[in-house]
Order: sequence, then structure tokens, then C-alpha cells
Amino acid sequence: MNSKILKQELLAPGHMGCPGCGASLVMRYVLEVLGPKTMVVMPAGCWPTFVGLYPSTCLRVPVMSVPFATTAMAAAGVRASLNRQGKGDTNVLAWAGDGGTFDIGLQALSGAAEKNTDLIYVCYDNEAYMNTGIQRSSATPPGCWTTTTPASAPKVEPKKNIVEIMAAHRIPYAATASVGYPRDLMEKVEKAKGLKGTRFLHILASCPTGWRHETELTMEVARKAVECRAFPLYEVWDGVRWSLTPMVAKTPVADYLNMQGRFKGMTAPQREVFQTWVNEDWERLREKCGDNQAA
Amino acid sequence: MKKVIMGTETAALAAVLARVQVVAAYPITPQTVTVEELSDYIGKGELDAEYITVESEHSAMAACVGASATGSRAFTATSSQGLALMHEMLHHAAGGRLPIVMLNANRALSPPWNLYCDHTDSLSQRDTGWVQYYCCDVQDVMDSTFIAYRVAEKVMLPVMINLDGFYLTHTSEVIDVPDQEEVDRYLPPYDPVDKVDVDNPSTYGCVCGADLFSSLKYRRQMDTLAVEQAWQEASDEFAARFGRSHAPVQGHNLDDAEVVIVTIGTAGGAAQLAADALRKEGVVAGSLNLAMVRPFPHQSFRQAVSGAKHLVVLDRDVSYGGEGIVAQEIKSCLYGKSSAQVHGFIAGAGGMDITEELLADMTREALGGQKQGLELGDSIWIKVLP
Repeated sequence: MNSKILKQELLAPGHMGCPGCGASLVMRYVLEVLGPKTMVVMPAGCWPTFVGLYPSTCLRVPVMSVPFATTAMAAAGVRASLNRQGKGDTNVLAWAGDGGTFDIGLQALSGAAEKNTDLIYVCYDNEAYMNTGIQRSSATPPGCWTTTTPASAPKVEPKKNIVEIMAAHRIPYAATASVGYPRDLMEKVEKAKGLKGTRFLHILASCPTGWRHETELTMEVARKAVECRAFPLYEVWDGVRWSLTPMVAKTPVADYLNMQGRFKGMTAPQREVFQTWVNEDWERLREKCGDNQAA
Repeated sequence: MKKVIMGTETAALAAVLARVQVVAAYPITPQTVTVEELSDYIGKGELDAEYITVESEHSAMAACVGASATGSRAFTATSSQGLALMHEMLHHAAGGRLPIVMLNANRALSPPWNLYCDHTDSLSQRDTGWVQYYCCDVQDVMDSTFIAYRVAEKVMLPVMINLDGFYLTHTSEVIDVPDQEEVDRYLPPYDPVDKVDVDNPSTYGCVCGADLFSSLKYRRQMDTLAVEQAWQEASDEFAARFGRSHAPVQGHNLDDAEVVIVTIGTAGGAAQLAADALRKEGVVAGSLNLAMVRPFPHQSFRQAVSGAKHLVVLDRDVSYGGEGIVAQEIKSCLYGKSSAQVHGFIAGAGGMDITEELLADMTREALGGQKQGLELGDSIWIKVLP
């Protein structure tokens, strides 16, 4: 992104993420909106390794690294503490990957969301446990290769719908965004920032290492995921008012799948399953949004 | 002010008087009254604090970590299974050098389910780096909470205050409740040198290399070992202000004692009576209430039992494949420093009452009298089926 748009650059050069890492860009865009009065709480995952070896850090805001299952509730403790100190205007940013959100951190996240804890929770979703070397998570799409879903034991389950789960908590704001569309991403962070309570952003973060694509394709892959509706963009207010984000016309999933090594081994029936999952989730979403956008 | 009050209610009132700022807790028998009372104190505005009703004990400690790291005085309470669920976070809180204070109601771990007193829950957390203090009565619950915050915030380590399940959690006693002003003078507001703060961005708990990692462990061990002295000083100052002492090692008739009955928790009262009874039989006995188990109070313990020939040690716990945990700790403390014989007895778990008679009988057996229990490994098990 053009430096004329990014004014603050709270992500310093020299972070330890892989070349082409989508998740590092997500942090860059999110912090650009939230600004320096932000406290980041993150569990195990790719991101704490990006921060660097103590005392170095690539973030110009404070960051707490906490155990895997605790992100939202450790952040809730930070929130309570800051409120008690009269620092209600400091943003608390709970920040976890799909493993830390969909799986091991889900209970704590539900606990925090149920109480509408005043924090912004960002899940940077690279669709597998990338930091431990590409193992399946419940965010991994069906038929996708990972080291625990090899060709001999493929993943058959669809990707868990985390936003539906969060919407069921009736939190004021939940939205999806893709690193491939930074402007939309940042607008959604801006909306979240303007609200109080639990705000949840589910952000697709392409991962050249785990997705097996060229590092220069990070943005394009993340856009293709949206175009084919494998990762549609939408917002949910108060858990009940669903709204589609304007997107380009729907494209076949093949365009998206063919860009990435992780889908190379998929059989024709597996591709069918993938397309069916995408179609069904898309239809359900359109229904909820009351949308007449072209199917 | 004198007040008749139960152990768990006392823990809540002590937290109020300590002016805790963030409470995050989950109910569990026999601790529950503490979290109920705290909700009400905060709800009524009698304690100006944030209360986080968490969905698990793991999250309770996570929230306390977040609160403490950002400079607030944090409190929680748990027991048994809840403490076990917290295990990962116990390491984290101590490693993060966070002065959190927690009540633990000692209760058996399942299976089979049993709600009564057993010390295996807390003693099996002894390597997490928490200071562990065991209360002998209700006044001790009140007073040790203030001492705990004083010590915790000085050495930057968390403290676990242990109450024997039901024997102490659900016993009401007349205690002296100090005035708020008196407590405030003893326990000033928490003002950490270092905290996570947007005005001074830094990292907390991120990755570090081997040299620094080892050095941090070394420093932590150094500071943990210093707790014995720090607690003693805080207890002495407390005694000067309030007239009550709560030292790491509390002796009864130890000056000339050849036989010492060692207990932790509420059994200390029965141990004093047993020692007194044995004296009438001509056994020169005393008793020792080991209030602090972590760090093990090496100096005061060795000094307290320096004249003893026999130590009769009660364990309401066991380290399977080893022996009673308190007996292990004592042997480790005395190895090469004392010729006293350590007699380990395992009794009182899961609701078995520890009486004066039982402790006197154990002592008689240790001195060659009639067998009371079954010998297994290095311990004698009391009142078990063969």
C-alpha cells in the first residue's frame, strides 16, 4: 500500500514473518486505523514470532504474548484494568490466528463476547496452523492439503463459520475482510473503532508458505478468494442485521484453487465438494443479507 | 472490630480491605462463597473494582494476568479441579512476575469425586513458581491476605493462600477485622515500576534467546528464595501494627522438643493438643505449623527443629510413586543438615478428620509404639483398607 495512505506505520521494518506474509500486512492496516493508543494481546501463533527476540519488537505499540487459549480473556483483564485506571479510550486489540480463534481460543472468546467486553478481536485467518508447519484447523477448507490432512487422509469437513458463531453472541459488530482489499479492511476497522463492546473482524490472510503460492501473489490470491465467494465480504450489526459488502461478480472456484499448491492434489469430486460448500454458504449468506446481488 | 465470620467470607472481606482493583473468578465448591460475596461487594459499590465473571478458571487467571500486567491489583479464588485447569496460567503468572493473590480452597481431585480437604491440588502446583501459604484459622485468612499482597508486590511473584476445604472455608470464628485506614497504612496502593503501557510501548512475554531465558530463571529463583525473609519481615511489621504474627514457620513448645509433629493447614491446632498430651506421658513433644511450603522456608525450618530427634510429618496428599509431599520437602531441607528421623504419615484426605488422638497415636508409633497404619514405601498410611 502506498505510503500516502499509511501515515503512521506502527509496524516497523524488520519483522520476522515469511516473505509475502498476509498476516503481517493485516496488522499494518489494522494499526494504521487504531493508532498508537492500542494495546495488543496475542497468543501463540505466527504473530508473536514476527515481533522478534526480546528486547526487539516490530510493533510501535505494546504487545502482550499470552497462552494459546486465553487471548480474549487476557484482553478482558487488560480492558478491566484500563477501565479501572480511567483509560477507557485506549483500544484493546485481541489478535489471534484461526487456530487461536476457531479452535483453542473459542471458549475464552465466547466468554468475552457473551459479556460484550469492550475490545476489538481480529482473527487473521490463514486457514491452518501455519506456525507449527501447516496443520489443519477448523478454518481449513474441505479438500485442502495440510500436513495433517495429506492426500491419504483428506479433510472432508467444511470450514467452520466463525462469524455466525460470533453473531449468535449478538455483539455490536462482526465483519469479514480480506488482506487483498486493504481499503475495505481499513474502513471496517474504522467502523469497529467507532463502536463499543465486542467487535469481531475475521480477516483472510494469505500465506505463501502454507498455501503454496508465489510470494508476489499474496494480494491477488486474497482477492480471488473473495471473488469466487470462498471468502465473501460482509458485515453483521448486533448479530442480526447482515449486509453484503459490494464485490465483483462471482467467479468459479477453479481460478482460486489453481493458484495454490495446497489445492493441487484435489480430485474432481473434492473440487465438487468445495464448490458446493462455497455455493451453499453463499446462498445462506445472501438470504441473511436479503440480497439480490447476482448469484 | 470483632466479627463472627466464615473462612470464605473472610477471604472476600480481606480482598475488599486490600482494595483489589480487578477480580476475575469462577465458582467451585468449597470456594464459591468468596466469589459470591465479592460480586455483591462490587455490585453494592462497597469495593471499587471491576469484576469479570469468567467462563473458566483458566480464563480467570488469564484475566488476572492481563489486569496485573497493566498495573492493577488482581484477585481470584479457586479450588481443586479449577486450580488444575489453571495450571498453564499459574506458570505464566509467576513467569510474568505478576503479584496476583489467589485463594485456593484445598479439595480432593477426581476421580472419584470428593469435595473434602486434600492438599494434593495445591502441592502438585508447587513447581509453578507461586508462593504457597497455608492458613491455620480464620484470622489467618484475613491477615495473610494483606501480608501476601505486601510480599507479592515487593518481590513481584504471585501468592496462593490455601484454606483447608470445609475445615476452614466453612468454619465461622470470631476474628478481629482491622479498620480500612489501618490496612491502608500497612498495604499502600499497588504502583509497579514496570507495566504494559501505551505511553511506553514494550513487549510482555514475547520470545527470548537461551542466555536471557536462563538468566531470567536464575533471577526468579533468587527472588523466590528471598520470599522467606520478605514474608518474615512483612509478618513482623504486621505483628507490630496488629499484634498478630503469621510467620512461615509457626512453632509450639519447640525449644526443648525432641519430637516434633509437623502439619500444614488446620491440623496445626490438633497437633498442638497432641504434643501437649504427649508431654504428659513424658514425651518431650512440640508441634510445627508449616505455613509456607513454597518457597520452602529452609532457614526457619532448620532452626526450629534443630534440637529434634524425630519429626512426625502429616501429609494430606501423596506424590504417587514417591511419598507424602511435605515429608519429601522436609527430607530435602534437612538432608546433610540434621540427623533427625522423618516419619511420614499419610492421612486426612477426602474428609477424614485429623484429631488430636490420631496425631498422638502416629507419634507413639513413630517412637516404637503400636502400629496404626499400613507401611507402604517410605510412608505409613492411616485408616486405609489393606
